[in-house]
Amino acid sequence: MTLQEEQKINADLLRPLQRTSVWFYLLVGVLGTIVLCGAGAWMYQMWNGIAVAGIKWPIFWAFYITNFVFWIGISHAGTLISAILRLVNATWRRPVTRCAEVITVFSLMIGAMFPIIHLGRPWLFFWLIPYPSERQIWPNLRSPLAWDFFAISTYLTGSSLFLLLPIIPDFALMRDQMTGWRKKVYRVLALGWQGTTKQWHRLEAAMQVMAIAIVPVAISVHTIVSFDFSMSPVPMWHSTVFGPYFVAGAIFSGIAGLIIAMAILRKVLHLEEYLHPVHFQNLGKLLLMMSLLWGYFTFVERITTWYGNSSAEMAVFWETELGSYSPLFWTMVFCNFVIPFPLLAIKKLRTITGCVIASSTIVVGMWLERFLIVVPSLGTKFLPYSWSFYRPQPVEIMITISTFAAMVLLYTLFSKAVPIISIWELKVGGHGRPQLMPAQQEEEERTLWRVRP
Amino acid sequence: MNAIYGLYSDPNSAQNAVDELRKAGVADRAITVVASQPYEEYEFSHRYQQTWIFWIAAGGGVLGLGIGLALAYITEVFWPIVTGGMPIVAWWPNVIIMFELTMLGAILATVLSLFITTGLPTVESRVYDAEVSNGKILVAVEKPKNVAMIEATLRDTNVDTIKRN
Repeated sequence: MTLQEEQKINADLLRPLQRTSVWFYLLVGVLGTIVLCGAGAWMYQMWNGIAVAGIKWPIFWAFYITNFVFWIGISHAGTLISAILRLVNATWRRPVTRCAEVITVFSLMIGAMFPIIHLGRPWLFFWLIPYPSERQIWPNLRSPLAWDFFAISTYLTGSSLFLLLPIIPDFALMRDQMTGWRKKVYRVLALGWQGTTKQWHRLEAAMQVMAIAIVPVAISVHTIVSFDFSMSPVPMWHSTVFGPYFVAGAIFSGIAGLIIAMAILRKVLHLEEYLHPVHFQNLGKLLLMMSLLWGYFTFVERITTWYGNSSAEMAVFWETELGSYSPLFWTMVFCNFVIPFPLLAIKKLRTITGCVIASSTIVVGMWLERFLIVVPSLGTKFLPYSWSFYRPQPVEIMITISTFAAMVLLYTLFSKAVPIISIWELKVGGHGRPQLMPAQQEEEERTLWRVRP
Repeated sequence: MNAIYGLYSDPNSAQNAVDELRKAGVADRAITVVASQPYEEYEFSHRYQQTWIFWIAAGGGVLGLGIGLALAYITEVFWPIVTGGMPIVAWWPNVIIMFELTMLGAILATVLSLFITTGLPTVESRVYDAEVSNGKILVAVEKPKNVAMIEATLRDTNVDTIKRN
């Protein structure tokens, strides 16, 4: 890569940080207003009590817990995919990783807020934290809700560090390229980064270790979220398939979210030279695989219930397939499988537009899937006298809409402060394959074919 | 003067400069290479390949495991509550707490060791040139003893600029 090419990359990726159009302020204004409306709705709920939400006996988990599971699922787009691609040394990952990792951090933050929003008295949220106290509320580490606390906080810490460490060299670059107050801010954020060979090597080694550590953590997080349901003897919750079903669903919705974010960034920030159709093609293939896996898990879950023919489970089964929730169920099947499958399987249709359409339907479908896991089982439990139906109230709808706006707002503000594509990683992608000396080549091949240690 | 350095437009020239400085008798530890990206495929990047970071991460993991085990065991024993017919100290659920804290320990140890070994964060002035962010590679000799000889050596390589810090 020549100096001119490197400087072009700097200029292209720093341009969105240096120039601000009126559309940016307009977007921030609109999104900020929606977020404020959501905050207002939450205040209203706090003031008047949780009864203003549609949750009532026996359906105490509804929109808020659906959103909690959905956003934690979306978080699986970033760090997990980025870590896997880093470990397998997939070179095409370089422009994609930061876009993805940002999704993880923000969606985890939003997801983790929902158990607090769900509380009647949210200012006492710290009672959820399992620490010994004199309130006679025993910390119960055998509860899946306590596991959630540990899993989500570990994942959020790990993902934030996984995102922030590779940004330090880019902060150093911005320290040199920016002027005025920005230069001062980036100087502080760069932490005194020089770029010595030692620093680069340690950073790469640390990222490798973190990639190894973050993969099992990501898988554990959604498995533990699934335990919130599967550890309860509730019809169609108490299932061994829930762990992998939730993990697959999380990765599925996460990739869909990532594709949508990448397409918007590509268009708005003019990143066509860096986010190529091949990135969408590759992620589209991954999405196709996850769509098939989701179809497989849904079939397995359904046929096991149907074959078992337990009356309580069959009540939920028919309620979702042919009863009150059936429009949502079949919309979910269409959104997650019927529409995306041809769009992603047929090469001619797997264009950027095709991938974005498929991803958009998948995001809708996966939200419905979470809703259909949470609500119908609670509304159709063992004894018919307790059966009930759930209707979301304006407060819940407003808070839900505002979290989507919050996600876009946070993403917009982040991409205004930090290059959304890792500049140094992109440049490394331009290096050729290392030229090995004949002796090194021989050693490499000997190691490859070695039978015994 | 803390350092004398040359700026290079390409990594091959930087590698050549490092080789020439070595030939001129400059010790490896006195030579610093600064770049805006890692050049793992060049020999000058290989000096720091030995690292304890993996073992430090493992150590952090073991520490996290110990904390997780102690937290779960001590909490359950000191605040006993019977739930779902489970024993007071229930190992199956405790494995989850122990696993999460093991991973958290490994991650935090990794980040901590990165900061300690690279000397970050710092406000101390180190050898650096803003041209590095434009793609130049800086090859410096810190605390040089024979400035004239080093300048001559750098000048014989494909150097763009020679500066003193």
